[in-house]
Amino acid sequence: MIQISRTMKYQQEAVPEWSEQLRELPGCERVFSCIQCGTCSGTCPLSIYMDYTPRRIIQLIREGFKTEALSSNTIWLCASCYSCAAHCPQDIHLTDVMYALKQQAIKEGLYPKHLPIPVLAREFYEGVKRNGRNSEFWVVLRFALKSNPLLLLKMAGSGLDLMRTGRLSLKSERIKDIEGLRRELEAPREVAR
Amino acid sequence: MSEYAYFPGCSLRATGMAYEKSLLEVFRILGLKLNEIEDWNCCGATSYMSIDEDAAFVLSARNLALAAKQGASEVVAPCSACYLVLRKTEDYATRYPTIRKRVDEALQIAELPPIDWMKVRHPVEVLFNDVGVGMVKAKTVRKWQGGKLACYYGCQMLRPYYETDRPQDPIRMDELMHAAGATTIQWALKTKCCGGSLTGTIREVGVRLNEILIAEAVRKGAEAIVTCCPLCQFNLDAYQREMNGGRGYDIPILYFTQVLGWALGADRDKLGFQHSIAGGKVLKQWFPAREEVMANA
Amino acid sequence: MHDQNGSVRIGVYICHCGSNIGSVVDCKAVSEYIATLPGVVVSRDYKYMCSEPGQEMLEKDIAEHNLNRIVVASCSPHLHEHTFRAATAKGGLNQYFMAMVNIREHDSWVHTDKRAATRKAQDLVRAAVARVAKQKPLDKARVDIDPKVLIVGGGIAGIHAALTLANAGKKVYLVERAPTIGGHMAKFDKTFPTLDCAACILTPKMSAVRAHPNITLWTMAEVTSLSGYVGNYDVQVTRHTRYIDEDLCAGCLECIAACVYKQAKVDDEFNEGLGKRKPIYLPFPQAIPQVPVIDRETCIEFKSGKCKKTCLEACGERHAINFKLEDKVENVRVGTVIVATGFQTVDAKRLPYYGYGVYPNVFTSLEVERLVNASGPTAGEVYLRDGKTHPKSVGIIHCVGSRDEKTNKWCSRVCCMYSLKLAHLLKEHTGAEIFNFYIDMRTPGKGFEEFYQRLLNEGVHCIRGRVAEVTDWALNPSEEGKLVLRVEDTLLGVVRRIPVDMVVLSVGLEPHKDAQEVRRLFNITCSTEGFFLERHPKLAPVNTFTDGIFLAGCCQGPKDIPDTVAQAGAAAAEAMALIDAGYVEQEPNTAYVIEEDCSGCKTCVPLCPYSAIAFREDKRKAEVNPVLCKGCGTCVAACPSGSLQQHLFEDDEIFAEIEGVLVHA
Repeated sequence: MIQISRTMKYQQEAVPEWSEQLRELPGCERVFSCIQCGTCSGTCPLSIYMDYTPRRIIQLIREGFKTEALSSNTIWLCASCYSCAAHCPQDIHLTDVMYALKQQAIKEGLYPKHLPIPVLAREFYEGVKRNGRNSEFWVVLRFALKSNPLLLLKMAGSGLDLMRTGRLSLKSERIKDIEGLRRELEAPREVAR
Repeated sequence: MSEYAYFPGCSLRATGMAYEKSLLEVFRILGLKLNEIEDWNCCGATSYMSIDEDAAFVLSARNLALAAKQGASEVVAPCSACYLVLRKTEDYATRYPTIRKRVDEALQIAELPPIDWMKVRHPVEVLFNDVGVGMVKAKTVRKWQGGKLACYYGCQMLRPYYETDRPQDPIRMDELMHAAGATTIQWALKTKCCGGSLTGTIREVGVRLNEILIAEAVRKGAEAIVTCCPLCQFNLDAYQREMNGGRGYDIPILYFTQVLGWALGADRDKLGFQHSIAGGKVLKQWFPAREEVMANA
Repeated sequence: MHDQNGSVRIGVYICHCGSNIGSVVDCKAVSEYIATLPGVVVSRDYKYMCSEPGQEMLEKDIAEHNLNRIVVASCSPHLHEHTFRAATAKGGLNQYFMAMVNIREHDSWVHTDKRAATRKAQDLVRAAVARVAKQKPLDKARVDIDPKVLIVGGGIAGIHAALTLANAGKKVYLVERAPTIGGHMAKFDKTFPTLDCAACILTPKMSAVRAHPNITLWTMAEVTSLSGYVGNYDVQVTRHTRYIDEDLCAGCLECIAACVYKQAKVDDEFNEGLGKRKPIYLPFPQAIPQVPVIDRETCIEFKSGKCKKTCLEACGERHAINFKLEDKVENVRVGTVIVATGFQTVDAKRLPYYGYGVYPNVFTSLEVERLVNASGPTAGEVYLRDGKTHPKSVGIIHCVGSRDEKTNKWCSRVCCMYSLKLAHLLKEHTGAEIFNFYIDMRTPGKGFEEFYQRLLNEGVHCIRGRVAEVTDWALNPSEEGKLVLRVEDTLLGVVRRIPVDMVVLSVGLEPHKDAQEVRRLFNITCSTEGFFLERHPKLAPVNTFTDGIFLAGCCQGPKDIPDTVAQAGAAAAEAMALIDAGYVEQEPNTAYVIEEDCSGCKTCVPLCPYSAIAFREDKRKAEVNPVLCKGCGTCVAACPSGSLQQHLFEDDEIFAEIEGVLVHA
């Protein structure tokens, strides 16, 4: 049996309300002005690893293909270096668009499971809720244990280097007003997304 | 005496300790006072913004409010990621009424003042503008003995807010290095991203991005790379063995404050050279343990 | 409702406009109601008032019923006010005794409730009936047009307009700031899409300008002041001296050869800094006038006073060179002005990621035009900056400084075509591999798409993707020593690194940096982009809001040579229309000052957007120039004493109209 795949996009898959809502978010106002010039992908250091380049993500947004955009690996490979936004001739704040997509992908559970970045983000998030400050050591350790324990073997080399040079701090500092911080973070807010 | 609120950030207390040590030395020698923000919390960096934007702004706003409570009007944040997050919070919370409302409500719960104008600055810009390369040069006491430096600015310090330096072809760190007596190379990758936390999550991609930087710096004749962000420094420093087709590199990755501190006569042990992973041999030559202090002619 | 001369006798006509009005407004009911109002002698409704019979009916009624006022309720005055005024005049009345009511755009076209619409029409017409009783008889003012024309700018636009007018027998002053006419076109090598040699088609026109008895050519000249109004402009032109008398110079150029500078040392502006010239120079071989220029900034005689002056010797008995010559000021009176001041290219340094000025082998398109030109600094050899190496690969980047929020938002219209042209010329001269990087390929003109096909078949790489960066960053040996372009090839869907020897930046067109000063000089306006503003983008592209001043060429917006020539011809025709008519009539909707009431407070003077109000120091009163006044009403509204009034919009007319609307039947 020859494996042949068929690719056809039907209009019923498109979600135009999603495009409109995205446009309302802070920083995402100019998303529809994209002229598809490709400068963003040309300058992005990670674009060669992405399944959809940043330019194609914007086109997916314009056309309303929500699932492809939110389940791409693009948004997780984005390192927020702002090169795209700095170069864009239409002044589109692509990094803000990427953040918005990241948040939506986590909320809707559409992020690719093999990419551990949301796990790291989650550990970071929990760490702050626990102590107010983060210990790099504990965040990375928890992240590795929860995503792929084999990573710890790969990281052992760097870990030993850090220990040798005195940069590995096992200290976990907690801020004084952790209660205040926790209450602030849970403050009631209007539904935005 | 110029005074600033000081936001160290989580990294400077762990992997970035050489940065804090050398930064405090440099500011002390140049007569700039840093007042650490009482009970500061983590800025959230890129991770928080990926999960919950409102909480991310609230997190940073708390730090700005604490600084205001201390009576400060300017915050110095040495880590580029912290600098950007704080700067962005200050910008977005003042420009977007919806964000401002949420942030002020949250701050009220912790009995903190509402968000107000607060200038967030990076030490590169503070030294360049408030001290000036002329003054730095005048205060140097040690002659530079090292080789050519590649100044690596990274990304979040320069974009999307352009007060710190030009986003394309920045020069301020280079000028500070010249003031310290060093020569720098001209190279095209000054502002190309190091990948941030990708070295931890998708190792091959992250390491490759840093390999590109080191390879180009070496190709252009640099013998060390100078950085201004703890994550950039770590990324460039910690993975050199895996690069260059297995042959590895051994290039010292320094903080610009270490080079400045050395030139300004700080105590060698207070500059954190012992924390460097790569390039130890070169560092011993450039920053010898017993050195002559030469007065600047 | 009586005027000074006795009772008013008003004829009112309600038009159905087919079904446009009639289907919503009950025109018969309106005319029956209006007939009941005092002063109304005739009240009719009719299918099409603007038609021949409609107008004739109006004229007949005036005679038969001895009417002295007319009201027409129909469409917008923009369409037919002049029609009904003409009919009124034909009927023997002063045309300003007619009032027009818009019951179409203001009523039937915007409402659906027929009863309400009919009542509204009644209210509006009743108001007009009240107003028209107060209207005064007015006459159109006549302004004579001086037949001489001033053309500012000696590029192809100015040259073409000058020749067209001069050939029609009109006297033209052609003023050009540079030492020679020819503008940007003189710098080009070949023009798209026919690959005509630019100089070959331009220089005959330039010579014709020189030779034409009706054209007075002033080069190195600038307009320093302009005042007046249509048909009567007083212009002051400062003619900077070139220290060589144009009338005595024979154009032999011996002085240049004889200059003490044996080697040319000064950066040559005409060659975009790629070549060198001496302090005494001719911009290019076919320059008109064929008279050299002495640049006082670099000439030793001006800097130290101690030069041997071998140029004077070489000139010999002609005595054309004279270091004591001074700038001359000319004052002329013209009737019309054509502004054809052209454009400048975007400074490539504004796009730092393209490396212009950082990497030597990044060139602008204008620099390349000079390189490929046989009379350029390298005699047509395309060399890299080292002056001896031919490039084996070239990257041409479109849209540099165009379609960009960070520099200029607009598309500069000509760059896609000239980039393809340069691709062709570079390939022809060097055989190099050429890459064009574009966002959209814009080839709309005649023969343009065919030109693109020609280029595609010549094997030029046309890659759809805006280059993100030009750097010397090399990732493998084939990239060493080259300029590497990192770009997303959006058609292939992949990011590419393309190393080239030479990068050409297709810079966009923008207004001259002194466009704002120039526009103030000529009392015209600019659009937000900074180009001079045309009166109407579609129907009046060469007129400005200042009567008698016209635009031609790229100063109005980026365009190519065929469109520029067409526009220059259009501007010449507009000027000629005014000159041949001999006069213009001005609509008498102008403001005027009741001198007894004017307190001399000067509130009105700075408010006038047309600079039409002057303050008479001798009388201590304001005075309105009715020719400059456009009837905007700003001064009338602002005047604290009410001494400024406006014809056609007098206070009593307006109050009557208001009362007419408000009184219910």
